[in-house]
Amino acid sequence: MERDDIIEYSLGAQHSEEDGAKIRKNIWKVTALLSVITLLEVIVGATLSKTVIGDGTTWAFIKYGYIILTLVKAGYIVLSFMHLGHERKSFKLTVLVPYIFFIIYLIFIVINEALAVTEVNFPLN
Amino acid sequence: MAGEVSKAIPPKDLWEGGRSPFSMSYGKIMMWFFLISDALTFGAFLVTLGWFRYTADYWPVSDQVFYHIPFVHSELPEQGFPLAYVAFMTFILIISSVTMVLAVEAGHRNDKKNVIKWMIATVIGGFVFLGSQVWEWAGIIVGPDGVFGTYDDTTMQSNFLGGWLNGAPIEGPKQYAQIFYCVTGFHGFHVFSGVMINIVILINVILGTYEKRGHYEMVEKGGLYWHFVDLVWVFVFTFFYLL
Repeated sequence: MERDDIIEYSLGAQHSEEDGAKIRKNIWKVTALLSVITLLEVIVGATLSKTVIGDGTTWAFIKYGYIILTLVKAGYIVLSFMHLGHERKSFKLTVLVPYIFFIIYLIFIVINEALAVTEVNFPLN
Repeated sequence: MAGEVSKAIPPKDLWEGGRSPFSMSYGKIMMWFFLISDALTFGAFLVTLGWFRYTADYWPVSDQVFYHIPFVHSELPEQGFPLAYVAFMTFILIISSVTMVLAVEAGHRNDKKNVIKWMIATVIGGFVFLGSQVWEWAGIIVGPDGVFGTYDDTTMQSNFLGGWLNGAPIEGPKQYAQIFYCVTGFHGFHVFSGVMINIVILINVILGTYEKRGHYEMVEKGGLYWHFVDLVWVFVFTFFYLL
């Protein structure tokens, strides 16, 4: 049986002790950022709850703020921790473009349908 | 076996074009492709959550449901700790993701001792998360605050906690609990398999399999899967618990 995981592309990823120290410093920076964002989200979630501030404009800002912060976190995890940011551009596109295309389509079609169903179910709203 | 593991294979036998188009090994590329398909599954779950929220006339606010911490019984959300425990779970998963990336980094320096150290930390983090999830599920199913009981038909059909009115729980949509079990259950299963994969890799690191191979790419591939689990949880945390 052929072993395909022995091909030496992985050796290209190896680095020296000094480079390692730099990479580790970056890892801790990203860690701090992810922790701070999570902490911020939890504090806002616990204090500025929807039950307290109601379903108004403030909540809309907080809601989209959460989504933006989540995408920032996801970006750091994918590009830094999963190392996608350092792969070839062709590979980045191969991974991201189909996924983003399909997920945006899925979100659009489901939310669109849900709004139509809601119009039928609750016509007075 | 050791000989087979360290034997070099001519690139011509591996890639028809003689080399990988992405300058990556086959295993890593396939792990990424698997993760794309898995991410679409989770995307479908979260979009389903969006569907339920849009079509329900009323949707519970999660910090009115998840305000319990272990060993403390809180009757009402105001007496409890909204989102505290789930924040702890999120933090555990992020930290175990960090220890994993440190294990990968140590692997790139062929530093076996540090790979073992960080892999053990990652496995422990995974078990802590799984234990937390067991506690969370157990608490909401059977405990004194069991609002999502699955043991009785009427509960499963209509009697989910929708919120609070004058200190009394009111009914909410059944989909809230259903999608909660689906999403966190499917994610928890991924965490479980991730921990198992990490344990297998850890044993191989200790046995020196990757040392003989000359590189620790298997740690990297396991790491990709483990980061993905963390990535999914970031989205579950936002769309289920925060929004």
